[in-house]
Amino acid sequence: MKILAIDSSGMPASVAVLEDGLLRAEYTVHYQRTHSQTLLPMMDEVRNMLGLELESVDAVAVAGGPGSFTGLRIGCATAKGIGLAIGRPLINVPTLEGMACNFYGTDCIVAAMMDARRNQVFAGIYAFRSDAEDADPLEVLMDQTPIDVKELCGRLDALAAERGRRVLLMGDGAVSYRSLIEENLTAAHWYAPAHLNEQKAGSVAMRAMDLVTVYGEEKMESAAEHRPVYLRVSQAERVRAQKAEGNE
Amino acid sequence: MSDVKILAIESSCDETAASVVVNGRDVRSNIISSQIDIHTLYGGVVPEIASRKHIERINQVVQEALDQAKMTLDDIDAVGVTYGPGLVGALLVGVAQAKALAWARNLPLIGVHHIEGHISANYIENKELEPPFGCLVVSGGHTHLVLVKDYGEYEILGKTADDAAGEAFDKVARAIGLGYPGGPKIDKAAKDGDPHAIEFPRGKVRGSEYDFSFSGLKSAVLNYLNEKHMKGEEISVPDVAASFQRSVVDVLVEHSMHAVNEYGFKKFAIAGGVASNSALRQAMEEACARRHVQFYRPSPILCTDNAAMIGAAAYYDYLKGIRSDWSLNAVPNLKLGER
Repeated sequence: MKILAIDSSGMPASVAVLEDGLLRAEYTVHYQRTHSQTLLPMMDEVRNMLGLELESVDAVAVAGGPGSFTGLRIGCATAKGIGLAIGRPLINVPTLEGMACNFYGTDCIVAAMMDARRNQVFAGIYAFRSDAEDADPLEVLMDQTPIDVKELCGRLDALAAERGRRVLLMGDGAVSYRSLIEENLTAAHWYAPAHLNEQKAGSVAMRAMDLVTVYGEEKMESAAEHRPVYLRVSQAERVRAQKAEGNE
Repeated sequence: MSDVKILAIESSCDETAASVVVNGRDVRSNIISSQIDIHTLYGGVVPEIASRKHIERINQVVQEALDQAKMTLDDIDAVGVTYGPGLVGALLVGVAQAKALAWARNLPLIGVHHIEGHISANYIENKELEPPFGCLVVSGGHTHLVLVKDYGEYEILGKTADDAAGEAFDKVARAIGLGYPGGPKIDKAAKDGDPHAIEFPRGKVRGSEYDFSFSGLKSAVLNYLNEKHMKGEEISVPDVAASFQRSVVDVLVEHSMHAVNEYGFKKFAIAGGVASNSALRQAMEEACARRHVQFYRPSPILCTDNAAMIGAAAYYDYLKGIRSDWSLNAVPNLKLGER
């Protein structure tokens, strides 16, 4: 199976091609230019470098959220356009599961988090297992959700104690809220190094491959159906809902 | 030369649209998925919601445009897309999709200016229309008096100093309780009103004879409503609507005809959402007829935001060899005539 993977959910733009057991290409740029300007030129470079025939791609994997609303939509609209153009399905990879796969096989509990402002992060808590052969190698201890940093630290302490493991913190949320984490997290922990801290499309492709292998084709969706998972309603909807509540 | 078939995409505001246009004027499909119902709940377009709706609909709309044209992507020669001006988040959905389609299919990509699209809507139903001509573009976001020198070559003679004409319609409609969208609602209400009932001011911009200003008119209407309210007097919604509309239409026609006289236009066109307004169409038609100027206006379906007009504009860029590269970005404040 050949997977073309895209992640533009956060600050880095990343593109990868995974063919069965081989990562053919991974191209990640974290710079000031917008994903709208960088993503497709990067893909073009990868295509040219590999002499990639898009018809040979079986599925397009995309980090489907959470993330920056605009960033998600650029990646998503790109993936949907390619899916439509080549008649292939999409695989939606939850952003934080993809990120956790940067540490595939670790003994630590992985806390992947993206800064969601106001002392909140979009976070997911994961562990890897190697025992059961057909099982999902990624164990979801807390599904990705918006959460206060303090509350997240409490959850991590409980899980670390229960499992007797250290905690590995990753993502731009772990950088933004480091002092708040230091104040609140008591379990033994460490921070991801720079080269593994952020989104990588190779990990998105890997997670997509696992999702399809373990759960089957139900993890694929048509390019038309796919939409980002924001995990947050728009501000206008939130204000409107609050007003409606106030009127009751 | 063989036929040039362009797939065009437009998502600059609250309409997700796609179209297949052959040789710039032959529209094979014109699919528009409107989000108006959801934005009506908020009294106007909410950018984040618009962007979310675009992404949910874009593939279906593009597929429907191809299906209705009885074509597949194999038949398409180029992809055209609106890249500005408009709401950045909304534009980005269409731009990213168009880029991906063109890239995956090795097709030329052509970024189109939204206003250029509106102007080009006039080519679709008027096969004989060619530049040069004068054009008034009036919509919710734009009020431009333009000299169309040649295909893709424009000189802006005048524009609004504050609110766009359509914006003024929306604001006044909200103030008199007609709701959103204001244009069609005021047009309808005005049919039962007296356009001379109330004297509202005509917006002028000192020192620039072709520029427009609608904020003073909007304030005058609000002051009138407030005054009536303070005195406990009833207002006539049809009269306010008709009088306000007359004031807008008078200024639009007056400036346009001033340009017709000065530049000696033989042809004059209107475009944009407000070009659907029945009073504007009638007044402009009469004013042009008096001057023996040929008057053009698109059907309402081509006045509203649509992708057929983008396909028409993209075709003339295509002929000139204009191409966008893969780094094409959405430009929310793109100026007409700039690339």
